Amino acid sequence: MDVLMLSRLQFAVATMFHFLFVPLTLGLSILTAIYETMYVKTGDEDYKRAAKFWGKLFLINFALGVVTGITLEFQFGTNWSSYSKYVGDIFGSLLAIEATLAFYLESTFIGVWIFTWNKVKPKTHALFIWLVAIASNISALWILIANGWMQHPVGYTMRNGRAELVDFWAVITNKFAVLEFMHTVSGAYILAGFFVMGVCGYHLLRKNEVQFFKKSFNVAVTFALVFALFEAFNGHLHGAEVAETQPAKLAAMESHWETASSVPMYLLQIPDPANERNSVQAIPIPGMLSMLAHHDPSATVKGLKDFPASERPPVTLTFWSFRLMVGLGFLFILIAGLGWLKRNDIENQAGLLKLFIYAIPLPYLALELGWAVAEVGRQPWIVYGLMKTADAVSILDVSQVAISLTAFVVFYSILGLIDFYLLSKYARKGPVH
Amino acid sequence: MLETIWFILWGVLWAVYFMLDGFDLGLGTLLPVLSKNETDRRIIYNSMGPFWDGNEVWLITAGGATFAAFPVAYAVMFNGLYSALLLLLFALIIRGVCFEFRNKIDSDGWRGLWDAAMVIGSFLPALLLGVAFANIFEGLPIDQDGVFQGGLFTLLNPYGLAGGVLFVLLFLVHGSLWLALKSEGALQQRAGAMAKKLWPVLLVVAVLFLAFTLVATDLFNNYFKMPVLWILPLIAVLALLGTFVFIRQAAWLKAWLSSAVTILFVTFFGVAGLFPRLLPSSLNPAYSITIQNGAASQLTLKIMLVVALIMVPIVIAYQLWVYLFLGNKVTEKDLAYEEAY
Repeated sequence: MDVLMLSRLQFAVATMFHFLFVPLTLGLSILTAIYETMYVKTGDEDYKRAAKFWGKLFLINFALGVVTGITLEFQFGTNWSSYSKYVGDIFGSLLAIEATLAFYLESTFIGVWIFTWNKVKPKTHALFIWLVAIASNISALWILIANGWMQHPVGYTMRNGRAELVDFWAVITNKFAVLEFMHTVSGAYILAGFFVMGVCGYHLLRKNEVQFFKKSFNVAVTFALVFALFEAFNGHLHGAEVAETQPAKLAAMESHWETASSVPMYLLQIPDPANERNSVQAIPIPGMLSMLAHHDPSATVKGLKDFPASERPPVTLTFWSFRLMVGLGFLFILIAGLGWLKRNDIENQAGLLKLFIYAIPLPYLALELGWAVAEVGRQPWIVYGLMKTADAVSILDVSQVAISLTAFVVFYSILGLIDFYLLSKYARKGPVH
Repeated sequence: MLETIWFILWGVLWAVYFMLDGFDLGLGTLLPVLSKNETDRRIIYNSMGPFWDGNEVWLITAGGATFAAFPVAYAVMFNGLYSALLLLLFALIIRGVCFEFRNKIDSDGWRGLWDAAMVIGSFLPALLLGVAFANIFEGLPIDQDGVFQGGLFTLLNPYGLAGGVLFVLLFLVHGSLWLALKSEGALQQRAGAMAKKLWPVLLVVAVLFLAFTLVATDLFNNYFKMPVLWILPLIAVLALLGTFVFIRQAAWLKAWLSSAVTILFVTFFGVAGLFPRLLPSSLNPAYSITIQNGAASQLTLKIMLVVALIMVPIVIAYQLWVYLFLGNKVTEKDLAYEEAY
């Protein structure tokens, strides 16, 4: 393995691990803020206990999200220094703005929130968690504007041998980035909703604190259902934007080989990239792919064969990641919908409650798959159409990266196991009386 | 002009980071020395509890500002200092999770494990940051393409190590003073005594480092060219002496503030000597990364400046508020608080 491959693996490990914690931070901060606001509004102590209970789980998760985020910022310089030189004028400023606008706010007020339960009025205290929740989500916005620029670079010109900023407004209103942001945070909210629903399921099955968990559940299931529905809608828009801006990625997502018009979507399909075809292709829905990609059932959709082999993303991984993610997305609507319909009698729905517990890992999986589609599907480009990943890597010794990659895998595995163990331990323990 | 402003801001961001995270890195390193029992240890953790995370964001911002304003310097520095920076990163990661993990399982072995992580995770960053910046002061072996011709051990040269020791000592004094300020009774006395004991060592190392700087670097060139700059090291020296005066008076807040000013101005001293270079090359001065060949475009610098001029004062205002609002001493009573670390 060379420095390029090791650095790619290291970045994948660092990003995917980071993203095991970020979505719960984004969503659970909002849910905790909602519970605390309901306490302020109603004076119901159960909601205060809810804010404390879910807040504790939020904090256990938050710790790893923060510290693994630093890794990502460092990596651009350590492993992708050619990239940093080439596009740092735009990309670097977005990261710096994220830190000044959001990260300070989040990191400062999380400490304030922890330490001031009995120091300020309930209303003020609720404001602190809202600041954390809003700051986390603003943080996500800037990070996704940065990633959106890598997906669909806008507002720049080539000057002095690098990409230089010419239109900041275009960069921050990049349609790709906005859609990517909506898609990602909605996913995070679904994940947080399912997390809370699962933990509620565990306790309701045991008839533990039934009133308390029903109250938590009602908020979470509504939250999850709203965003699961919204996700299907914005996911479609996002896919259509990919079709416009990254036709090679779309073709890989659908394993679509031949350019054609009125392209159907096959419900059953297995790609065979070695032979540039699909080994299985059955149950077509006529015109569906054309319709989804270009809002016209007879539209032409470019196939993979129209791209030189060196400019095609890995098809199998992109295709399966996408399929599975979409399938899970529909499953989330179904599960959240069932939960919502039965919400008033949820403590007696043993089957559903078990389902919620087993469903906890599914949104995690869907979000990781979504990143695989976004990042693997963009290959061989690091900045779509502008810079290839192979040209972006730092000058390093193989041994340096091999050692650091090993260290990341070992370190992260240990920390991840501890964190999930603690999450599950405190989730089972239930709220304090 | 914009490049110069950003060079100054770049120095300020790093200086504020050292000043703020300095005390919790120093205190974390001294954890086993200053504490006699579990209560002491919890007081130490809780004295840093609400602040350490916000402090660390200054590092993210210093890194981010380097990336945004001087992308070439960022690329060369992070690529060149690969192993040192990843070591720093791992240290900060295990340190960051200590706070949250430590009190989640009720076992002495478990807590001991995270206390050890706290010590390593605090000491290593202090040392590495000092080593890294001393190496930048004396120049890095970077060639005409900005490629670093060396490894982790290149950095461990005498001057680099001297910088590391200086940083560690600055932070240890700073951290002891923070605890003296935030605790009472026997723990406070131990913390104060520690600062008093460490201060003479810091003074000796600081004097030696200054003399070494004259020999090993060309930082003083700017000072001879522009004598008004001498005010920076002068303030650093006065603040360092003031720290001792206040330690003797047991005026812990003044002593801590004095120590904070020392760290700020030690950093300014080095950064002012670097100007206009961000990363001097020890191979050939022409290979140095400067504010001219390392900077971002004028538009980016301008937008970033607007953002910084609006946001940084706001950040300082709310962080200052937090320090004042939660500035009380941590006592045993506070440890009974449900959410305490």
